Amino acid sequence: MRVTNAPSEYGDPLSRPFWAAAAERRLVVQACNRCDHRQFYPRPFCLACSARDLRFVSIPGSGSVYSCTVVRIAVLPDLPPPYVIALIDLDEGARLLTRVLDLECAIGDRVVLDWLMREGKPPLPVFRRANPRVKSDRSAG
Amino acid sequence: MAYPVSDTSPIATLCQSGVYIVGVAETALGEVRDSTEFGMIASATLEALDEAGLARADIDGVFVNYMGEEGSVQVADYLGIEPRYSDSSDLGGAAFEAFIHHAMLALSAGRCSVALIAYASRQRTKRGRGRVAVAPDDSLMAQFELPYGIPFPIGHFALVAARHMHCYGTRPEQLAEVAVAARQWAALNPKAWVRTPLTISDVLASPLISDPLHKLDCCLITDGGGVVLLTTADRARNARKRPVRVIGAGESHTHWNISQMRDLTVTAGVVSGREAFAMAGVTPANVDFLQPYDAFTITVLLALEDLGFCAKGEAGAFVEGGRLGPGGSLPAMTSGGGLSYNHPGALGVLLLIEAVRQLRHEAGARQLPGPAIGVAHGVGGLFSVGATVVLARD
Repeated sequence: MRVTNAPSEYGDPLSRPFWAAAAERRLVVQACNRCDHRQFYPRPFCLACSARDLRFVSIPGSGSVYSCTVVRIAVLPDLPPPYVIALIDLDEGARLLTRVLDLECAIGDRVVLDWLMREGKPPLPVFRRANPRVKSDRSAG
Repeated sequence: MAYPVSDTSPIATLCQSGVYIVGVAETALGEVRDSTEFGMIASATLEALDEAGLARADIDGVFVNYMGEEGSVQVADYLGIEPRYSDSSDLGGAAFEAFIHHAMLALSAGRCSVALIAYASRQRTKRGRGRVAVAPDDSLMAQFELPYGIPFPIGHFALVAARHMHCYGTRPEQLAEVAVAARQWAALNPKAWVRTPLTISDVLASPLISDPLHKLDCCLITDGGGVVLLTTADRARNARKRPVRVIGAGESHTHWNISQMRDLTVTAGVVSGREAFAMAGVTPANVDFLQPYDAFTITVLLALEDLGFCAKGEAGAFVEGGRLGPGGSLPAMTSGGGLSYNHPGALGVLLLIEAVRQLRHEAGARQLPGPAIGVAHGVGGLFSVGATVVLARD
């Protein structure tokens, strides 16, 4: 799929570095320059210490599934069900809502970052199970 | 009847002088084609005023959510009143329990003398309930939630249910118990939208929408609404029906974006319940019934835990064996709830109306044997808001 991203298209100046990095398939979160707390989504202050001095840092995007659900109804026109919506706890500390591209996904599974190309938008961070050969005990049936 | 006061803050002491619900009325329910939402509210308001022995001009406090921009202003305009206290706080479906809290404070402080809480929706006939949220392009939701295709709000509640099952071994059969109890109550309520018998197997056999939630774990989509009138002890004496006393109220919220909810198995009900019970000077052991916000079966389980009716993680086992249903030891959703009686998009006002009717002992076939204390617990947003009200027959 052709990538036609305009990183600032969301009109949120604070998240512009996030989408600019996404265009290069890098996942970034904010890190506090005072206490090194990591946070997502971007804010103009540190949630831990209230410092206003933050930077964006690239992270590998490994983590584990905090919760997940198989969606079985159509929500978006270009996304046929079933698919998995999940909350991922990144190893760096932040939590993301995302998709896991594997119906066998279960809570506790290790996951790694992947990117979903989108028409007219920056790539979207999604995840895959780190070891898909290991069957979970949860049927996506 | 007096209650011990464990919350000794000035406002709680003020509230002890007595704030009462003196009138309640549902709007037309089900499918409403012969009235606008404002007309529905007006008719219900006149009914409630009649119960209260008050006149329209007596209303000087207006508490409204979801009636359009500046909703309390629009409703007051329609009713032809010019209030001196006005509140359009958007706390989702829990706004109405929070409005009891706000009205209690305003009435106790003398900033209004008769408070109207109102809501109406025709979400069913207007087919207004979509699966996709609409958010401004620069919002966090448009950037970080909507592109993934999470169904609103079922997906959020499903993530909570999945986590609860993972942490505590809660089973789909236990979630289904909640829907079955609601249906048993609905069978006793002539106004309930669905009254046919329902079994645990029926719930489990209904299609999965967003695992682990089945279609029958999810509430109805109906038209409806209602109004609640509150006033102070002196004016409550004019009421034609028995006034019901507000003895405790509390509210809180934890997050808007689901990624920011610290623990998916712990809701704002922990704080709202603690605040409400402390003000009331009672504990869950003193409560005769619960009106939980049963938008989804999981919502009820978390209310039971977070309000302290059972320990964290034990709600699944707690609801087994029909404990919430007719004849059970903790009657809940006694109207049939959002699952079987009516869910007009925001359920909170209907929880209050049912609680009042139970405490007046006028609930007909579903009347509980002599309840004295009842709790309504609203949930708003994406499991975001909790608002708890403790009511007493005194």
